[in-house]
Amino acid sequence: MPDLIYPLEFAFFRQGLAAATMVGALTGLIGVFVVLRRMSYIGHGLSHAVFGGAVVGYVAGINFYAAAGLWGFVSALLINQTTRRRQIGADAAIGIVTTSSFAVGVALISRASSVTRNFDAALFGNLLGVSRGDLWVIAGVLVTTVIVVFFTYKQLLFMTFDPDVAPAYGVATGWLDALFALVLAATIIASIRIMGVTMIAASIVIPPVVARLLTDRFAVMLVLSSALGAVVAFVGLYISYFADIASGAAIVLTSATLFGVTLAAVSAREWVRSGRPRAALQALPAAEPEPPLFD
Amino acid sequence: MTEPIVELRHVTAGYAGRPVVADVNCRIMPGEFVGLVGPSGAGKTTLLRALLGMVDVYEGEVLVDDQQVNGRRRPSIGYVPQLETIDWQFPVTVDEVVMLGRATSSGPWPWPRASDRRDARELLEQLGIAELAGKHIRALSGGQQQRVFLARALIRNPRLLLLDEPTSGVDIKTRDDIMHLLVDLNRTGVTVIVSTHEINALAAHLPRVLCINGGVVADGHPRDVFTPEILRRTFGGEMVVVRQGTLTLVADRPHLFDEFDEDGLPDGSPEAAADARA
Repeated sequence: MPDLIYPLEFAFFRQGLAAATMVGALTGLIGVFVVLRRMSYIGHGLSHAVFGGAVVGYVAGINFYAAAGLWGFVSALLINQTTRRRQIGADAAIGIVTTSSFAVGVALISRASSVTRNFDAALFGNLLGVSRGDLWVIAGVLVTTVIVVFFTYKQLLFMTFDPDVAPAYGVATGWLDALFALVLAATIIASIRIMGVTMIAASIVIPPVVARLLTDRFAVMLVLSSALGAVVAFVGLYISYFADIASGAAIVLTSATLFGVTLAAVSAREWVRSGRPRAALQALPAAEPEPPLFD
Repeated sequence: MTEPIVELRHVTAGYAGRPVVADVNCRIMPGEFVGLVGPSGAGKTTLLRALLGMVDVYEGEVLVDDQQVNGRRRPSIGYVPQLETIDWQFPVTVDEVVMLGRATSSGPWPWPRASDRRDARELLEQLGIAELAGKHIRALSGGQQQRVFLARALIRNPRLLLLDEPTSGVDIKTRDDIMHLLVDLNRTGVTVIVSTHEINALAAHLPRVLCINGGVVADGHPRDVFTPEILRRTFGGEMVVVRQGTLTLVADRPHLFDEFDEDGLPDGSPEAAADARA
């Protein structure tokens, strides 16, 4: 049995653990809307887009958060605008914008050798990279996101559940979409050092999917997904430390294990109740490319 | 003199620069119950959405309560959309759906006010589904689903209620129940506009029908509007009209008969023979 207290003696671990737990709660919370709006691919796409902005910022000597934030928000709006052209599907729009942006980052890295040593950390996450300043940024994004969700809860629920009709009931969907794009971009930027570019999407998708398997109520799903996200990030970071693997990968593997166990348990329960072992899977949103993301 | 609650003046409207309906003129008075009928793509939904400011209006004016409707101003209208677009696996319960009707008017907190809960409970009781309040929406039958979304519209206390295909995909008994429910609502003073493919349901329940096909083909009592000629112009095909007392029925053209008389009755049918004798 490893000594779980021992790593806490190190400041870098304490900071990494606090950051990971907050990032887990944050991605779990925002992930509920992403999953229910069937935008799962956007988490993957935006993180790649933000990577391009981060590298540009690094090379140009601009603050990481300023460069990545601006780049991410502009990417989200570009995806939105491209999607509005009806000939281009949302999945294609995300693919074009975000892969191009990622390519900019890769191109710059291949020219600037000083960036290369941080490449793995950027892709897969690294708890050593968390500074006290990062902690404040993550805490700020988490608190802001909770406040936004709290005060726009009913409108967000309406827009997520019935986006076509919400405007007819007075929900300002254009404004709310832009706000959501901003919060999502901020979430991805705040999470990137812990999770890594390639792992963020899973941390946004898996906790809400597990929560969906466990509840039929939206408010409960929000709370449960945030809590599960925080717990798997906390556990995942310990695993990252003891197994000496990338923090993002450890957190995602912990989440995936939780998903597997939950699905098996819920399926078994359904099987016992109704004799239909696949009933639990039917609750999950279908994996399909989706309509306008920030309509 | 009473002002119309809905007035369309030479309205041309559609989506993304493409008009779906053109030069529509129509006045609907408070307390009326009006049906929109026409083939798929005729513009029924477009007209309903024009009243909500949800489509592009290229020409003319859309007035609700004597005020122009546009994207910025949306009058308090109860709207029940086509339910085919609803994700029935979404984690939401019946009472939560009903409360969405007050999403923008029930204060800043995420939870509903006590008065909202009371109103929702009363509405569900009136609609006969109070026992379903805490149930997930996928547990509902077709008729119950319609009632839940009707409750979401009614919790806004609208003077004008718009329903898009409320009888789509339900059995004949449920369809009849829904139409009676709407008639009862209309008797309380609510103006109701309903679009449907169910011509016979309109003929049986509604005093006024608009036949739509890219515009208004005809407007009047079902007895006057449901004629073979108007139905041909509306649907682009031959349809059989059978009248029995005050009842008007529109049927598919049967394969058994090839010809129709001038009243749209199939030649050789007992009804046509009786008509000829008369």
